[in-house]
Parts: sequence; C-alpha cells; structure tokens
Amino acid sequence: MSTSGSSPIVTIMGCVIVAIRDDLDDREVLMLQDQLVEEVARVKARGVIIDIASLEIVDTFAGRMLGSMAQMAHMMNARTIVVGMRPAVAMTLVELGMTLDGVETALNADRAMSLILGRRIKPS
Amino acid sequence: MTDESWTVALVRQSDVAFARQVAMKAMTAIGASAIKKTKFVTAVSEIARNAVIYGHGGAITFRVVGIGLHRSVVGECTDRGPGIADMQLALKDGYTTGSGLGLGLSGARRLVDRFDIISSAESGTTVTLESAAR
Repeated sequence: MSTSGSSPIVTIMGCVIVAIRDDLDDREVLMLQDQLVEEVARVKARGVIIDIASLEIVDTFAGRMLGSMAQMAHMMNARTIVVGMRPAVAMTLVELGMTLDGVETALNADRAMSLILGRRIKPS
Repeated sequence: MTDESWTVALVRQSDVAFARQVAMKAMTAIGASAIKKTKFVTAVSEIARNAVIYGHGGAITFRVVGIGLHRSVVGECTDRGPGIADMQLALKDGYTTGSGLGLGLSGARRLVDRFDIISSAESGTTVTLESAAR
C-alpha cells in the first residue's frame, strides 16, 4: 500500500483503488496521478478505480487529472473508472464545460470492480 | 455577521486549497444549498489558481452581504499580475496563455450569480464573484 497525502492506494484483484480524500491541492493531485500510474505499471493492473465521493468540488485542474489518468491507464491496457461523483459536482463540471469524455463512471466501487473484472465475477 | 470578512493570501498552490475551505465555510454560514456551494467554491478555485499562476500572487477576501434569506457571499480576488491584455479573448472557452484548458475564467463566470472583472497593467486583475444562498 502506498499513500498520497492521506489517500491510501490499494490493489485488489488487479484493480488499483484510491479513495481521494477531500481537498488536495494541485501539487498533491499531480503526486497522486504519478503514484497511480506507477502502481498500475507495478502490478500490471487491469483497472483503476478512483473514488471521489468525499470531494465536494472538482475543478478544471482535478478534472483534467481524471481525464489524463484515464488516458495514461488506457495506454497501459487498464481501464479507469471514476465512482461516487456527487450530483452537485456533476452539474458543476458540465457548466464548466468539462464533460470528462473518455472517463468511465460507475455508481460505486463494487460496480466498477465488476466492470473491470468482466464476467469473472458473477452478479449476485 | 454582515461586516465580517475573511482574507486568504494567495501565494502558493496550497493557498488555493485554503481559499476553497474558507469559501465553503462562508457559503455554509449563509445556509447555501449543496449545488450553490459547489458552484461557488469551484469558481473560487479557478480564480484563486489564476491569481497564483498568472497573477504573481494576491489575496481573496470573502464577506457576507444582505440579510436573512437574501444573503450572499462575495469573493474579491486581487492579484499583482500584468493584467489581461484582451479581456474578450480571455473570457472565451478554451483560450489560454498557459498550459491549462482555458475553461477556468469562462467557466467560473457561468458558476456564479455575479461576475465582475477589472484588469490593467498597472493594478493587476480584480475578479469579484457573488453567489446567493439559493
């Protein structure tokens, strides 16, 4: 397990999972991105799950990080899924003009895991 | 309450995060809705970041205006930068002189109830953002 600030990064069944703690400054956002990319390479991950449920705001900087994370992971053959986006955050991102094209989303980490692992997990 | 104000110096990146926290506190103080809070704090984040990156630093001051249900938060951000040469261009989606997305200034304008910007080469740039509670 590694950490960025107090956001722990864990890998479960080839999925790199991070729950971003609230209020990262820009430097911490970039550090987290670096750590995620390194972890994806280290464990040869199939997917990255970024839980942003505790984020009250996602501005253009954090939004861009989510987008580039998805692109980088894609080039390393891993899928990135953002989970837990608050409704107010979604509305704000759209008004900002950031639609996060190319970033997959899911309701929660459970669903994201099933998406990444595909049919290997049977729905209960 | 009405004459209370909070000022955050904007010098380094971590100050932008602090400005967001203070903006959130001010919006919470007037009983703002979740969506209003998120929009205002996001706008503050964009404007405060601009002041740090392009404006050679500055400060943002928040105060609560109005009474009762008609209260709103006003944020005034001033920087020490070179000013904005072409304001119309700067407010266009996708225009940037730096490495960003060019959505910060134009996006911030859409997120608040009132957005004023004054800029000159001598006195830098001042952005005023206002958001009501509802």
